[in-house]
Amino acid sequence: MSEFHEMGFVEFSKVQKSYDGESLVVKDLNLSVGKGEFLTMLGPSGSGKTTCLMMLAGFETATHGEILLDSRPINNIPPHKRGIGMVFQNYALFPHMTVNENLSFPLEVRGQGKAEREANVKKALDMVQMSEFGHRRPAQLSGGQQQRIALARSLVFEPDLVLMDEPLGALDKQLREHMQFEIKHLHERLGVTVVYVTHDQSEALTMSDRIAVFDDGVIQQLASPNDLYERPENAFVAQFIGENNRIDAVVSEIHGDKVLVEYNNGGKGEALAVNCGDVGSKTTLSVRPERVRIGEKVGVNSIDAVVKELIYLGDHIRCRMDVMGNDEFVVKIPNSATSISMDVGEKTSVSWDVSDCRALDA
Amino acid sequence: MSDASVNVKKRQMMTADGIPLKRSLRISLRREKLRGLALLAVPALFVIMLFIWPIYTLFQKSIDDSFVNDVLPRTMAIYEKWDGEDLPGEVHFEAMFLDLTTAEKLEIGKVSTRMNYAKSGWKSLIKKSNRKFKKFDPQKALLPQMIKADKRWGDIEFWKSLGIMKDRRTAGYYWNAVDRTYDSKKNVIMQPENRRVYVMFWKRTLLVSAIVTVACLILAYPVAYLLATLPLRVSNLLMICVLMPFWTSLLVRIVAWMIMLQQQGVLNDSLVGLGIIAEENRLPLMYNFNGTLIVMTQVLLPFMILPLYSVMRGIPPTYMKAAQNLGATPSWAFLRVYMPQTVPGVGAGVILVFIVAVGYFITPELVGGKDGQMIGNQIAYHLRKSLNWGLASAMGVMLLVAILVLYWVYDKIVGIDNMRLG
Repeated sequence: MSEFHEMGFVEFSKVQKSYDGESLVVKDLNLSVGKGEFLTMLGPSGSGKTTCLMMLAGFETATHGEILLDSRPINNIPPHKRGIGMVFQNYALFPHMTVNENLSFPLEVRGQGKAEREANVKKALDMVQMSEFGHRRPAQLSGGQQQRIALARSLVFEPDLVLMDEPLGALDKQLREHMQFEIKHLHERLGVTVVYVTHDQSEALTMSDRIAVFDDGVIQQLASPNDLYERPENAFVAQFIGENNRIDAVVSEIHGDKVLVEYNNGGKGEALAVNCGDVGSKTTLSVRPERVRIGEKVGVNSIDAVVKELIYLGDHIRCRMDVMGNDEFVVKIPNSATSISMDVGEKTSVSWDVSDCRALDA
Repeated sequence: MSDASVNVKKRQMMTADGIPLKRSLRISLRREKLRGLALLAVPALFVIMLFIWPIYTLFQKSIDDSFVNDVLPRTMAIYEKWDGEDLPGEVHFEAMFLDLTTAEKLEIGKVSTRMNYAKSGWKSLIKKSNRKFKKFDPQKALLPQMIKADKRWGDIEFWKSLGIMKDRRTAGYYWNAVDRTYDSKKNVIMQPENRRVYVMFWKRTLLVSAIVTVACLILAYPVAYLLATLPLRVSNLLMICVLMPFWTSLLVRIVAWMIMLQQQGVLNDSLVGLGIIAEENRLPLMYNFNGTLIVMTQVLLPFMILPLYSVMRGIPPTYMKAAQNLGATPSWAFLRVYMPQTVPGVGAGVILVFIVAVGYFITPELVGGKDGQMIGNQIAYHLRKSLNWGLASAMGVMLLVAILVLYWVYDKIVGIDNMRLG
């Protein structure tokens, strides 16, 4: 990522975390976050992403390894001395304080004078367009408004790094999408480094510069949203990000960056050799539903299929098919004037380009 | 009122059949309403019978003074005719004689007790006279016969004291409860020096309750915090430890404390044995003020722990994390963010403990000795021993009012809505 000149503003180096001394929640984590970057930790629940965030905030201690902030080891610095902003999942706005008091709390602790505090609080509230709500208590605000206040509070003391732990999880879909853009724009305007945790992939794709996909305590892939979707490096990422068709196969020949595979029913195909083993080993092929063509029998990757279900979704038609005994094979047909009409039960064939088919780990 | 609402008022809404909508709604809701009222009647009856009615009778008792009027009707009927200066005339003596000889013996005993509160000496006067009345000659003038039988009949102070009791309602018991009394002209005066006790008891009661409440708060806060923050499995175990004494008989606990704290008790023996205090300096921890404080604090502790625990359990740990993340040291975060959120629990605990403590009597009775007695013990004494139910009721009503005032003050300062009883 060349646009972030100062790599390693936040650095995890061989970090491991165990709660019970028997199993690792985070296994050998190495991660470098650039200054001003928006990095998202994405993964299913229990994948270790929140634990990583808590270690960075100082609420959990790393069992092994080192965490550096601005090239300074912070393992032994207590949370209140780290100067990291954080937005909590349920906002954690202090219920007995007004919005103004909530925002001036971190400034008070830092010994700012009254006038200075008021100016900073006002600035932060303006930033999230909440300046009229300073005298309300959190309980008198809607979920979206509380979210903005929590955001303002994490930024009011001008930290260089802000952590967000699924901050939009409690909002409804529309508000959530709106807030995603707002956070993204705020990040762009302030240039603050953000480490964001979520299990919602569309949220991650919308906002992030880079996404670290977590599973089982390990970063499966660290890449930009574009790369992550277009070029998944393993079967988990391919399956987790976006919709994906997986086809089990066995490697039969390798030619440079291409690989010839044999399907379970004896058919043959060709794919990009991304992450597959030697000849004779099992592999999982990954094809995105929108890259599959229906009806034409061209190229090496062409297989018979039966239409099982058609769902009209306006901009596209979602077609579930039976391909080699797998009836979860999905094809997205764009809704255009020229698109072909089909019926359920119709026998046809599907095909795709070699460059759209990636041979991944089994 | 806006134009729109005026319009609505003018045009009455109708149902499809032309019945006014309001009436239709009322009819459709009537069944439900009746059923609701019927269900409500059961607890309402319960509250009236077991709560409002007893309190009402208690209040009645505390201001009721009709007893003398009922037992000595003739005397009290003509009492007003006496000038209150000279010795009453023959009619008065005759009325008194008739009243005392016709009333039932049991009633006379009771009424003489009441009269003795107004002026000591009445009881023995009536008792003595009643024996001699049998030998009286009703045909002759009664005045000289009665004075001959007991010369106190000639003391107009006794006759004057009847004036205090001529009204059927009295505030006298309330004055008695604060060491004041009526003189024969119904002016409020201080009791004689040697009979002033209740003010001291009131003060001590408030003092003990306040100390016990504060001690409970100081002891309960950390325990409740621990209970609320420990993992559920451990905290449940700890909770049982807290509740175990709560389930144990009060008497058993008090006896246990006696064994612990008395002069020859476990604690003193240990301290002497360890050489911390000398044999002759054994600490006086039982059968005095200290005993009352220590045992009441232990007994009332759960009343403080439970509401605190329930409030603390509801405070998510993220608040403390957020405060620290914002730069507050753990102790500052605790003071500024955690403690203010426990105020509803503190309020509930303080009110609960104080209310229970103010009316406590078993513990002071058993371990309080002489200087650890409280107003509750006085109420019990007047209920069971001296049978001065009027005074006992007055004290009870005063306790009740004190608690209501406390409640009101709490509402003003913290707000009752903020109270969480568990």
